[in-house]
Amino acid sequence: MTVDQHQIDPNVDGTAALTKKRVRRSTFRSLMKNPFAVFGIVVLSIVVAVGILAPWIAPYPPNATDLAATNAPPFSAGHLLGADASGRDILSRLIWGTRQTIVACVIVLSVSLVLGLTGGLIAGFYRGRLEAVTNFVSDVLQSLPGILTIVAFFALTGPNIPLSMTVFGVMVAPSLYRLVRSVVISVRSELYVDAAKVVGLSDLRIVGRHVLSAVRAPVIVQGAFVLATAVAIVGGVDLIGLGDPSQASWGRVLQDAFNNIYTNPANVIWPALVISLTILAFVLLGNALRDTLQASNRSAALKPSRRRALNTTAQDARVAGEHDHAARQEVLLSVRGLRVGYPSSSEEVTEVVHGVDIDVRKGEIHGLVGESGSGKSQIAFSIIGILPREAVVLGGSVYFDGKDLLADPARMRKVRGRRIAYVPQEPMSNLDPSFTIGAQLTYGLRSATGVSKKAARAKLLELLQRVGIREAERVMRLYPHEISGGMAQRVLICGAIAADPDVIVADEPTTALDVTVQAEVLELLRELSSERGLAMIIVTHNLGVVADICDTVSVMRAGRIVEQNDVDTLFAAPTNPYTQDLLESSRKVELMEVADD
Amino acid sequence: MFRTIVILLLRSVGVLLIVSFFTFCITYSDGIGIARSVLGLNASDEQVAAKAAELGLDRPLIVQYLDWLSGLLTGDLGASFLTGQSVAEALSSRVPVTLSLIILTMILTTIISVVLGVTSALYGGWLDRVLQFISVLGAAIPGYILGIGLIFAFAIAIPYFPATGYIRLTDSPQGWLWSLTLPVLALLVGAIANAASQFRGSMLDALSQDYVRTLRSRGIPESQLLFRHVLRNAGGPGLVVLSLTTLGLFGGALFIEAIFALPGVGLLSVSAALAGDVPMVMGVVLVVIVLVLVVNLLADVLGSLLNPKARIR
Repeated sequence: MTVDQHQIDPNVDGTAALTKKRVRRSTFRSLMKNPFAVFGIVVLSIVVAVGILAPWIAPYPPNATDLAATNAPPFSAGHLLGADASGRDILSRLIWGTRQTIVACVIVLSVSLVLGLTGGLIAGFYRGRLEAVTNFVSDVLQSLPGILTIVAFFALTGPNIPLSMTVFGVMVAPSLYRLVRSVVISVRSELYVDAAKVVGLSDLRIVGRHVLSAVRAPVIVQGAFVLATAVAIVGGVDLIGLGDPSQASWGRVLQDAFNNIYTNPANVIWPALVISLTILAFVLLGNALRDTLQASNRSAALKPSRRRALNTTAQDARVAGEHDHAARQEVLLSVRGLRVGYPSSSEEVTEVVHGVDIDVRKGEIHGLVGESGSGKSQIAFSIIGILPREAVVLGGSVYFDGKDLLADPARMRKVRGRRIAYVPQEPMSNLDPSFTIGAQLTYGLRSATGVSKKAARAKLLELLQRVGIREAERVMRLYPHEISGGMAQRVLICGAIAADPDVIVADEPTTALDVTVQAEVLELLRELSSERGLAMIIVTHNLGVVADICDTVSVMRAGRIVEQNDVDTLFAAPTNPYTQDLLESSRKVELMEVADD
Repeated sequence: MFRTIVILLLRSVGVLLIVSFFTFCITYSDGIGIARSVLGLNASDEQVAAKAAELGLDRPLIVQYLDWLSGLLTGDLGASFLTGQSVAEALSSRVPVTLSLIILTMILTTIISVVLGVTSALYGGWLDRVLQFISVLGAAIPGYILGIGLIFAFAIAIPYFPATGYIRLTDSPQGWLWSLTLPVLALLVGAIANAASQFRGSMLDALSQDYVRTLRSRGIPESQLLFRHVLRNAGGPGLVVLSLTTLGLFGGALFIEAIFALPGVGLLSVSAALAGDVPMVMGVVLVVIVLVLVVNLLADVLGSLLNPKARIR
């Protein structure tokens, strides 16, 4: 390891996900199930115990010399780990040296915690100019190699390990500061702190109650990594001769042994082992803490063999049942018995879509409606073969033009983007921020159709105007962050229709847009459908959208389609109780909106 | 683009002034103490005061700093209190050693950790586990201990590489490489452990972006998706990782130079600090800050080339 403060894991910096997690007793229990964590805890407990008990367990005082034992090899009488060039017992010196490491850890941790926590809390809570100043100080500190600052201080004060470690504590404080600040900012923007403000709690109590409990977990994780670095640094400072020669320490023992490495190489092993084991304990404990506290963020990965087996089962079922589809030729796109799952462990898969059937004819707009988490988007992704990598298609088929796309990945690749296109939900995150609008639209169209750059550009300009973008030339030169959400959604629709597809799968195409823009985009989709005879599947949670634009509709709940019908019939006479509830609640919302106006 | 570079440059100069001022105040704050450590413990108070006056240490700190700063503009960083050698001269022979060490390590770190990070993000499986193992190991074994282990294994037990010393590139390219092999290895493991797992993280981040899914839905082949869109967007965070890793190497190199007796700036700063040779310490601090700022500047400029949002308008 290159020992410096910058080695401390910056991944932790953005862990806003940890925000609401609290360190509970259960955390400790699940930690004890992790062998690496147990190893870390045991090693660190031994280190602390040895440090405290040093006067009683060390065979000799730290600086006692025994000239008869000069350079004694390990396991010699009276000197279990041997003795150094001055005849000092290595075991005793390591035992006494533990105290210096513990003191160094305590200093580094308390200095960096006090500075990082208070700085981060204040900057994150009050923001503004204050935050700009603390950010600048933190940036400057982070751009300095900490060890060099220790060297500069040495020139002023001479050997002084507590001071060196205080300096180092200041140098690592930015890593905690940034972490705390980002957590505080995310907590602060959450409603409950505002609510507390309204109730009239003082600023201090708001900070105390909510924010401190939110930053606790990430700070503990980061603290473990800070301590790992501190142990390395305090050893290194002694090794290069900037420590106090009169004091026994791990780094000093290492230095003495290293100076005699030609005559007595074995002696290097003990201090090196002690230092590395202690750092390893902190690193493993830190990793285990992070895994435990972030457990829900880690998606389980399926074993490759298990994934292959599941794919084979699904494929066999497709081959066996293929003729089943022969009668449905008039249908353009047909989803049959689709089942999708996500791994819950390396062997287990949780099914989220339980066998869904949908048929769409040419020019038909089909609404797929249901609450969030009902599996609508998973169906949309499956149709076009863009499910997340960890997802598994457990069974079923997607017939397009009578051929099963799920059975044949090559056909899926050929159809995707050319015959079936996709319009995503959140316009801003679905444009590549590094490329201009023109560049990414052209790449897409050219790889789908293979037309020349010039032809692609001309066609896209025309289409951009068609979807309602007036200054198409100018917009093509802009980057995604320079256009509005409504315009971005038009760009994405343009990207979808550019290759003249037969089917469009639109996943909540209007959810992220303003109400007025929503209506315009829906109108655009309807026009495109009738103009080009496009079939569409529109995924939405909004029954208003369904009533507005769809011909047929499927109502989904918990991975199943509970009711499927043409729109008029469904709205007039819903048969399923869930559909009735859904219609009822959406009417209520409408009434409330009317009342608001 | 030009504006971006100018603003970044001005900011770097600002940081340089602030950091050098504070370091100067720390190292020069105890003028009498410096004079005493130059003369040794047996000097009388009068001798010490006379020495302090001779070296200009009795002047107000701000005057001394401005003096140092005006010297800096003409390339004069003062002279060693002990040997009288010009600081600039001493540095000019030391900087190439440290730079050789860091540049070689960075080239290897970049290649290996990009390959390791990207492939393990794409294919996972056993590569993932190898990477995890390396990153725990690299984090747990400090570079200086690895260095001592390497000296023991490849310079003493099997005397194949030199244990200490440096051969200049201009004297013998092969010898140069030979003398740097073990030190670079000692720095490399930690640097890769840190960089590779973070590259993996930024790759996974870039892969899971919504726009990657949307671009895939347009029928763009996987290879183009990866090279044109995913790698490019992972590049920005990747650059930050590289610049932070380089920064860490400046610290790590100090220990490695001490272990392998490489005559670089790190070793110079330690011996100067031990001897109380303040102008020399200040010179090293200056050089390292400038190098760090150059690295940051490069990373920022490259970053703004990659990411249109980072451009200052």
